[in-house]
Amino acid sequence: MSVIVDILSWLAILSGSAFLIIGAWGTVKFPDFWSRLHAVSVTDSAGMLLLMLGMCLQAGFTLITVKLIIIAIFLFITGPTATHAVANAALVTGLRPKEGHGLVSELESPTVPSPTAPEVKS
Amino acid sequence: MRSIGVAIALFALWLLMSGLYYKTLVTGLGAASAIFAVYMVRRMDAVDGDQLEINLNPFKFFTYNIWLFGEIAKANWAVTKLIVSGKPLNQHLFYTPYTQRTDLAQVIFANSITLTPGTISVETEPGRFLVHAVDFSESDHEALADMDARVTATEGGA
Repeated sequence: MSVIVDILSWLAILSGSAFLIIGAWGTVKFPDFWSRLHAVSVTDSAGMLLLMLGMCLQAGFTLITVKLIIIAIFLFITGPTATHAVANAALVTGLRPKEGHGLVSELESPTVPSPTAPEVKS
Repeated sequence: MRSIGVAIALFALWLLMSGLYYKTLVTGLGAASAIFAVYMVRRMDAVDGDQLEINLNPFKFFTYNIWLFGEIAKANWAVTKLIVSGKPLNQHLFYTPYTQRTDLAQVIFANSITLTPGTISVETEPGRFLVHAVDFSESDHEALADMDARVTATEGGA
């Protein structure tokens, strides 16, 4: 029985670590700010949840599991909020995605008109 | 009295965080700190009549979370493939309308958009969110409308 739990928790921890590495790789590899945010969110959701699941399985029915679940819930709420704050700050300062179609014209009213929209340098 | 409830909840949280020692002194100090925190907050006059209303159907919210985990798994796989395969990105900024009445449900919808990799809610405006997608396709509109309907369904009546 404990062997099965061990195998499951190792699977969760290893795949979570793999998602962390892939997210980090994507963060380096993607071309601009906006796409890098998406690569980070892979680390944020899959990596974090799988690692927490693996650690919960290792800890068993103890108070440590309760703490891990509480940590996971807090990260689950604060993670997207932080991402939203960063993305919103980028939008307000006038940063726009480099690739894609007709992006700037589709935004009728940016929240703060930025006279000096910084150019994205690759 | 709400203060007593708050003190009990704080003490329960303290017990969960510190572990059960079954030592009278340690546990007593924990209870004393919980009561002192409530006393301090009352003195600071922060316990006002302002009540936070949680207009959520617990059962529907639970099933929504299960569905959301599935969506996160699918979206994660899509973004992972995008990173590994290295095919060109198709980024897009677009508006998606929301139909939730309460602030809490709107926050849940916006956070759900951001939690699923591949889409990020960038800006909130009355009646709609500005969403950035890293690999945009026309089906994203339908997927977000589906998520919007599901979040609205978790709102309690009245």
